[in-house]
Amino acid sequence: MRQPFTAVEGVMATMLSANINTDAIIPSAWLRTATADYGRGLFGGDRYDAEGRERPDFVLNRPPFRSAKILLAEENFGCGSSREAAVWALLQFGIRCVLAPSFADIFYENAFRSGLLAGLVDPATLAALAQSASRHAGSPVYRVDLPARTIAAPDGTGYGFQVPDVLAQPLIRGDDAIDTTLRHADEIEAYYATANADRAWLYASAEQG
Amino acid sequence: MTGESHGAALLTLFEKIWTSHLIRRLDDGRDLIFVDRHVLQETTSAPAFEGLRRADRAVRHPGLTVATQDHIVSTAPGRTEDTNPTGRELLGLMRRNAHENRIRHFGAGDPRQGIVHVIGPELGLALPGCILACGDSHTSTVGGLGAIGIGVGTSEVEHVLATQTLAMARPRRMRVRFEGRAGEGVTAKDLILRVIGEHGIAAGRGCAVEYAGAAIEALPVEARLTLCNMSIELGARFGLVAPDETAIDYVRGREFAPKGEAFEQAARLWRALRTDDGAEFDQEVAIDCSRVAPQVTWGTSPQDVAGVDELVPDPATFADARRRDLAAAALRYMELEPGTPLDSIPIDIAFIGSCTNSRLSDLEAAAAVARGRRVAPGVRALVVPGSMAVKAEAEARGLDRVFHDAGFEWRDAGCSMCVSINEDVVPPGARCIATSNRNFENRQGPRSRTHLASPAMAAAAALSGRIADVRKMRPA
Repeated sequence: MRQPFTAVEGVMATMLSANINTDAIIPSAWLRTATADYGRGLFGGDRYDAEGRERPDFVLNRPPFRSAKILLAEENFGCGSSREAAVWALLQFGIRCVLAPSFADIFYENAFRSGLLAGLVDPATLAALAQSASRHAGSPVYRVDLPARTIAAPDGTGYGFQVPDVLAQPLIRGDDAIDTTLRHADEIEAYYATANADRAWLYASAEQG
Repeated sequence: MTGESHGAALLTLFEKIWTSHLIRRLDDGRDLIFVDRHVLQETTSAPAFEGLRRADRAVRHPGLTVATQDHIVSTAPGRTEDTNPTGRELLGLMRRNAHENRIRHFGAGDPRQGIVHVIGPELGLALPGCILACGDSHTSTVGGLGAIGIGVGTSEVEHVLATQTLAMARPRRMRVRFEGRAGEGVTAKDLILRVIGEHGIAAGRGCAVEYAGAAIEALPVEARLTLCNMSIELGARFGLVAPDETAIDYVRGREFAPKGEAFEQAARLWRALRTDDGAEFDQEVAIDCSRVAPQVTWGTSPQDVAGVDELVPDPATFADARRRDLAAAALRYMELEPGTPLDSIPIDIAFIGSCTNSRLSDLEAAAAVARGRRVAPGVRALVVPGSMAVKAEAEARGLDRVFHDAGFEWRDAGCSMCVSINEDVVPPGARCIATSNRNFENRQGPRSRTHLASPAMAAAAALSGRIADVRKMRPA
């Protein structure tokens, strides 16, 4: 079991760029040890200057976005490398929800596996949310409700987003994906036994050498 | 592995392989599929083993699992696990986790060590019609043999370790048809870069891509591996080419491939693995190979690509406003002016390697250009074979002498300057022509600038000191 996810309420930061890739989200310099501080590494290439000092113009270095819990971005968020540390970096920084019109396939899968909500917003909603965020730049506190699929702005305006049920329900319940699959352990073994009888060479060959 | 049967639905190659691995359709609509091979590398697996330990779970099929060290391992000639001190922790964890879980480990010092996507096919672990998972986005590479390669994150690595399965939504079907004949100097790398350039880095999102057409059937397996490798740069998690006699001949005799009668039995099944005539695709695109020049990227996304005989584009010429902004930002980062001939751009580093282009044929193509010439003054040129087996075979053919004599470094196998997790880093501000797959900002090191190209093009640039059209290189 992991922590069930129902809603997140907090500051929403906006990064209105398309194709924000996982190398940008967590640069390789933060992938060199098993115990790296991924939260510090989040957007490390853009967040720090060559001497390692915070760049004051980078959104997540500025109040109130230093404590952002929600990130609004454009198309194809999370493209590139499969590194799940991109998700861990967002989570360890404090971001629990990314809203974008589309996500790259592997990042999308990784997000839900690690407990990050990746919500799909249509382009019109993205534009409206971006406008809303600039109107409320002083206190851009939004509430994202996963079961209801709603985003509430500080002025009470509501917006919708989408998450397929197949991904939302396990997040809401806090399911462990491996436990869920192991409920089918008998079927997995039955498949393997049949496949092994049909094409023993496929499995035997891997074990030789 | 279903063959064709009359009256049955017409299926794509991908669907045939997928269906033959289907354990069950889950209640939520996803498919639970069996994973025949699982390949591990040191930078995405340690937390997965930690997760298993915490939950007191075992590795379900250690015999179907292999591990190597490729990402952070040093590529200095004669390196050990200790050569790059920063990498010691993750390298040690890979070795220890493999050992404790009875998983075969081909680490530094083992003649079978190499980049996951190079050793999978090379050792006969990746077979036509199989499903292979690996914690790396370029796992689609093995699609070049007609296997389904699935690139996964660390949670899914743990899931495969614990269950030997993945629960996944069935992807949509996409086909890219390659028509016409590619000209001189145009490689699989150029063809896939052109497809990405024309259709964009999200064209294949949610899709399994089949690469088809006479031009693909004519490609040797290593070129097909290069083609399928960059499926993720097209946005697709899966890419594959139908296995044929070329693929079957490639597999024959490899260390972990079936042998004797078992091989013949397997080959009969592999021959049936092709998309049925009339099978439907959700999306189809075509490319005329005869119009493709050697490609080189000018920006910070693989879709920012053009023929080497073209100019750095003017962002204003892009019809889409968002693309215009991205292109302008890319040129600022790359410090390039619109209208600059691509073949005039000076380079500091040439990197020949990575899971995209580090196989024997890639090194031969680079050596054919380098033979009898010298790397331009001030240029650092590296050749990093994809595996120690590739290195040994290249040395048996004398390629190491060609590279040494020309002034290239001849290194040990690893991911090296593609991902720059180890010590092979492009210095700030330096410009590198690379045979790898990603030209993102900071990818090869902070403030590095990357131009993606084929091995022959990278060699030509190393010798010229600037990006050069390999078709115009006079014989040495």
